[in-house]
Amino acid sequence: MAAAGRDEDEARRGGPEAVTPRDQDSEVARTIAELEARERAEGYDPFGFKPSMLHRVLPLARFLYRTYFRVETHGLQNVPQGRALLIANHSGQIPLDGMMIATAMLLDHRPPRMTRAMVERWIPTLPFASTFFARAGQVVGTPENARLLLERGELLMVFPEGSRGISKTWHQRYQLTEFGLGFMRLALATNTPIVPIGVIGAEEQIPTFYNAKRLAKLLHMPAVPVGPTLMMPLPVKYRIHFGEPMLFEGDPDEEDRVVRARVDQVTGAINDLLQRGLRERQSLFV
Amino acid sequence: MATGRTQRTRRTPTLVMTGITGRFGRMLARALRPDYRIIGVDPRGTAQVPQDIIVHPVDIRRKKAEDIFRRNQVDAVIHMNPTPAWKGNRAEHRSITLMGTRRILSYCQKYRVSKVIVLSSAALYGARPDNNQFLTEDAPLLGGYGFSTLRDLVEVDIYATSFFWRHPEVDTVVLRPAHLVGRLGNTPSAYLQQRYTPTLLGFDPMMQVMSPEDLILAIQLALKPGIRGVFNVAGPQPAPLSEIIRLCGHRPLPVFEPVARALLGMAAGAGAAGIPAAQLEYLKYVCMVDDTQARQVLRYEPQLSLEETLRRVSS
Repeated sequence: MAAAGRDEDEARRGGPEAVTPRDQDSEVARTIAELEARERAEGYDPFGFKPSMLHRVLPLARFLYRTYFRVETHGLQNVPQGRALLIANHSGQIPLDGMMIATAMLLDHRPPRMTRAMVERWIPTLPFASTFFARAGQVVGTPENARLLLERGELLMVFPEGSRGISKTWHQRYQLTEFGLGFMRLALATNTPIVPIGVIGAEEQIPTFYNAKRLAKLLHMPAVPVGPTLMMPLPVKYRIHFGEPMLFEGDPDEEDRVVRARVDQVTGAINDLLQRGLRERQSLFV
Repeated sequence: MATGRTQRTRRTPTLVMTGITGRFGRMLARALRPDYRIIGVDPRGTAQVPQDIIVHPVDIRRKKAEDIFRRNQVDAVIHMNPTPAWKGNRAEHRSITLMGTRRILSYCQKYRVSKVIVLSSAALYGARPDNNQFLTEDAPLLGGYGFSTLRDLVEVDIYATSFFWRHPEVDTVVLRPAHLVGRLGNTPSAYLQQRYTPTLLGFDPMMQVMSPEDLILAIQLALKPGIRGVFNVAGPQPAPLSEIIRLCGHRPLPVFEPVARALLGMAAGAGAAGIPAAQLEYLKYVCMVDDTQARQVLRYEPQLSLEETLRRVSS
């Protein structure tokens, strides 16, 4: 049944091998042109996103997506039209999981959709990076900015595990860490559907056995992972499972206990996607 | 003194304007002249102000300024403060802005002026890395940090806002416009009038600018009876700073930030009137406002496009 689902997705985009490297430029160009056509004519959205900036980012993302991680998607059609929150497990030391979800929404979702993500509040203090992130559609992570994005009908990707999830060591793979509550309050306040996403593969891309927390604190970094590949990701195969959208109703200012119960439903849905995906998986690399 | 329009049965309302001699003040006076009997108060005198507008060259802190309110039935007041480009003495700036505002607002209360508009600025919110992309009126005014001239204006804004709450009998309007750019001498215009416009290397924040024409429109709408409150006003859609510079017909000149700070420090040390280094934050971080309130309550809608607004800066 699930295998049929996979075939369906792959048939829809003609299989991952159907796009040869020679088509790369045209695939990227076509995607960006489609995206630009829907944006307003000024070239920048109010957050400084410029679709043509994707010409610089998408070729690399596409290489990682099609060739290096050979990403397989399931249930892309579950992403509703209009605003939605994409909520996924976070792993793999470097946030390539976010990049792959966003790339799936651009290259394999029809019509291509831009995924917006929130960056840390100190990102704007970095020269070049601040400009780069803004042009590539990333937004400074304040609740107000998130609300505005959703009101504009955007697709917002959030990893409620944050750095807790991404810096997990090898033996913690596919064990979800505690989810933050902010995304649920946001969903309730804006009446936004939540799409649970299970990302398989990223959890194994950079195996680490130790997180040098004390050193990380000294360096003001969220984590210092120690592992055999250093920070080089292995060419694991990514499998991204998009679950059915979940719509919650209620008071966004409810006490934590009540919001937590709703968050647990989302955590449960993501966990189900992960367990199902892991059962189906034959090999880490193929 | 009387213009032809005073012959109508209804008395032409009398409007007192401070800071009328400045370039924006003169533009505003010209725009409001058909509908108001304008009395200017500006220690700089009457230069280039249309003939039929009376300008009292008095300091608003002096008792003489009160005579204007005593002898005329004043219906509305528009109060403008010296901008951050102020080159004079620090203590004097503080005294003029704070004492002046206090006096003007107390006259409004004492002489039953029904409307007072205090022109503040959206820059007072401060450019900060963790700012919301669009700040609403209830955001704190954090712009004074490290820059005392701006801090005085923050105090003025806060004083005017508290006056609004304390005196419901006066329709107080505080306008916080985005960077006002045009053929003006204020800091943002002077900055954009440079053929090679210095920016900070690696930073290109989204920015809002507005034309004096659009601000005049907002003021005209705020003068309508019954309108009161604090309003952000912005011009056309925001754009990255580099784009704004290009639309002025100029070229961005990115400077490495430590170098820019050192140069500004040296300039300040040499006594040259320049931009304090604290102002560089506006070239680094967003300081944009949400003007929904102005659009809904004032029914304000910017008239000039971004291109038109910026074309007028350099011409």
